[in-house]
Amino acid sequence: MAAPTLVAAAELGLVGRPAQASTATSGIPSAEITEILDLNDLMTVAALPTSGLVTVEVHADGTVSFALPRAEVGQGITTSSAMLIAEELGVPLDRVRVGLADARPELVFNQLTGASNTTISTYTPIRVAAAVARSRLLRAGAVELGVDVGRLRLVDGVVTGGGLSIGIGALAERAASLEVLRVGVTLKDDAEFTVIGTPRNRVDALAAVTGRKQFAMDLQVPDAWPTMICRAPTINGKVRAVGNLDAVRAMPGVSDVGVVSTGVAVRARTFGQCIDAVRALEVSWKAGTVEGRSDDDVLEELRRAEAPMGLKPLVPHVDATFTFRFRSNSALETNCAVADVRPDRAEVWSSLKSPIVAKKAIAARLGLSPGAVTVHVTEGGGSFGRKLFFDAALEAAEASKLFGKPVRLMWHRADDSRQGRTHPMARSRVRATHLAGSVLSFRQLHTSVTTDLGHGLGEVITAMAASLPVGDVAFSQTFFQLSQNMPYDFGASTRQLRETGRGFNTGSMRNVYSPDMTCARELVVDQLARRMGKDSYQFRRAFLRDARARAVLDKVAEVGGWGRKLPDGVAQGIAFHGEYHSMNAVLVELDTRPETTQRRIRDGVAGPRVTKAVVAVDVGRVVNPKGLEAQMLGCLMDGIALTLTSSLHLVDGHFLEASWDNYFYTRQWNTPPEVQVVVMPSTGSEPGGAGELGVAASMAAVACAYGRATGTMPTDFPINHDTLSFEPKPAVPPVPASPTDGLTWAQ
Amino acid sequence: MPQHTFRLNGEQVTVEVEDDVRLLWVLRDLLGVTGPKYGCGINVCKACTSHLNGKAVNPCAIPVGAVRPDDEVTTIEGLPDTVGRDLHPMQEAWLEQDVAQCGYCQPGQIMTAVALVRRVAAEGRAITDADLDGIRNICRCGTYPRIREAIRAGAARM
Ligand code: FES
Ligand code: FES
Repeated sequence: MAAPTLVAAAELGLVGRPAQASTATSGIPSAEITEILDLNDLMTVAALPTSGLVTVEVHADGTVSFALPRAEVGQGITTSSAMLIAEELGVPLDRVRVGLADARPELVFNQLTGASNTTISTYTPIRVAAAVARSRLLRAGAVELGVDVGRLRLVDGVVTGGGLSIGIGALAERAASLEVLRVGVTLKDDAEFTVIGTPRNRVDALAAVTGRKQFAMDLQVPDAWPTMICRAPTINGKVRAVGNLDAVRAMPGVSDVGVVSTGVAVRARTFGQCIDAVRALEVSWKAGTVEGRSDDDVLEELRRAEAPMGLKPLVPHVDATFTFRFRSNSALETNCAVADVRPDRAEVWSSLKSPIVAKKAIAARLGLSPGAVTVHVTEGGGSFGRKLFFDAALEAAEASKLFGKPVRLMWHRADDSRQGRTHPMARSRVRATHLAGSVLSFRQLHTSVTTDLGHGLGEVITAMAASLPVGDVAFSQTFFQLSQNMPYDFGASTRQLRETGRGFNTGSMRNVYSPDMTCARELVVDQLARRMGKDSYQFRRAFLRDARARAVLDKVAEVGGWGRKLPDGVAQGIAFHGEYHSMNAVLVELDTRPETTQRRIRDGVAGPRVTKAVVAVDVGRVVNPKGLEAQMLGCLMDGIALTLTSSLHLVDGHFLEASWDNYFYTRQWNTPPEVQVVVMPSTGSEPGGAGELGVAASMAAVACAYGRATGTMPTDFPINHDTLSFEPKPAVPPVPASPTDGLTWAQ
Repeated sequence: MPQHTFRLNGEQVTVEVEDDVRLLWVLRDLLGVTGPKYGCGINVCKACTSHLNGKAVNPCAIPVGAVRPDDEVTTIEGLPDTVGRDLHPMQEAWLEQDVAQCGYCQPGQIMTAVALVRRVAAEGRAITDADLDGIRNICRCGTYPRIREAIRAGAARM
């Protein structure tokens, strides 16, 4: 690619949407707080001061490039960002190249990918940067063509006017040398959009289907040999002693073996030889951080930590308690990173959603100044919350320093599942009172194993704390209150989070609290409807406060044929969730008949099957409907797994699951044969979030359908947790050997 | 160190490595062919799915010593050449449905799909829902519905 010749930054005198929160009270805020300020407003405001540091580059070959300060992990933000640039600059989409920026500490809070905030926080800054480039190209075109700038247009990468035309590539150099004027730019009016709002395929789709898309482990960094860690049999156990270091060092292909903070690192010519070496190591281990504990112990701890619900009300009420088990947020790409650490500097490559925090932590671990550490953000093979953390990058840096050589460090699947981060176990208690056709109160007490938010999102909240209306509460409380809301007119609505229990490696999975909170709420909504003799859909419709909320609910009811006759054991479920300025409703049909649940599947779980799903989504302003639909499909698959099949079992200080045939994420045999996603026409001028939006209502709709199909409200999730559907693999050695019979399975 | 010769994407290749190293690592770590992905190493996730003499196999479970000199190994990189085009019809179907999200599982998904369609065609029948239900490849991004559509569309053109 030619050297950039025009670099245009968003010169922002922008005012973000969020209102300044005016009230500062202490303690737990009122239920309506998210209508004043929600988590996304907070993140958008935090990112605003550095939005002007985002630049669009126009090259002499007529292409445009942009280094997005976020992580692409499958959610499609490189595509949607390219669309914003194509729209405002006036170039064809295929001439826009969006890469991922290295860690840029000067961006402070503006390089964090989380809370479905990317499109919300970058929608205007990226468009402004592109519009600035456009106005400079037009001015350069005026000089070059000798035509008044007011008569020029920039369309499809060509400046035309007065019967003349010139491509932007030929103008890039002149545009760059123009004196920088602080001209105001006018963004395109929504009515003029020809790119934004139209369905587009992913910009990296061709690379993905040809195998050319490069993930961290595909990078050819010289001498970065495969490296793996031999880990303890229990969570976070540390090395006491290694009995056979020299013998393992002498194994075929092995170059280095040494103790690091999380186990014993092995570097070898191939990962296969790393696996063999990890299996051969004789290590004695110190106790882990949750030694001897099992599911029931954690559940008991949650029970003890729960806030009191108070005296039984004198009016009719629904009381319910729900349990949500540990779940793995492991992506298909396991934790991994490449590191090349030298005495005076280091270079790291990894898919990182909080690269600035990672850079600081790596520098501290290595004893280098942050300026000496370069952190490259690679394309990620999924995240689901995992890549907010940088566990593998830290290990890779540590191993590279220890061995004095570059390493390509990857976690084995078994480790990723057993020692990797988990979505915390939680209990949610709900009490709703009702009288004479009204719901008088709705109280939800959510008690969870502590969620680790120490990845930068916490820093944002801490830094912004002074301007928050929640007073001085821990940032998990802030996060909880700013992300949860009550969409129904249920009188006095209150909620409370309590956290307990440390020692687990936690993180959120495709949303922090909402899937569990919403699932519990929607099940109780179904109970209330039943007690009050109302239809589940009509009841929701009557109590939903927001017209956009009712519209998505109506849409799924209509498209999904709510209330249609179904055989015994098959039922519909309907649920709603709103967050990130977006609205989502889901309708599913669930088949719980024995011939379905007892399908024989080798090393898998059949269980009830969602046979049909309809999802309606309103994100305000849609950027790429095709990408949005893809996110909804993914969220639906997650929701199905959360309700029906996927959980980790804690036994004696470790998780049993070590394989995708142990941890039952949705597979093809669980996938609904019939799925429809309805993207509602844009209802606003600014986009809401979508990456995590659809999980909560999907999970809840499946749970509600299960309750209606079986006549019993489910209260323990996933519903198959009590049946262990696999033979656990040994914990010593920590990783299984690769099979040798692959040829016999050829088909 | 033993030498191993086999055909890879239409070319004869030779590597020096111990017999028991699995083919996946020979491809990725020694030959730099990174289309087949690692997702488990135990023949479960199917992210590494490639073809051996036209059939779907999982190289993470095949010792390189078991591959014979005249065996043809095809990875996603070599798939278009098997039909003498820039893209295999299944890859085109994948693009049309915009299947990929993160894309990590997709080389394996496509290689599985192509082998499935060939197998079903050899049995003289069309793809059924049961065939699609039987696909074991994990997609943690949840692209399953689009995969189902793409396979039917790709099959129609193969
Ligand atoms: S890596 Fe080969 S099947 Fe998972
Ligand atoms: S597209 Fe991400 S795992 Fe399938």
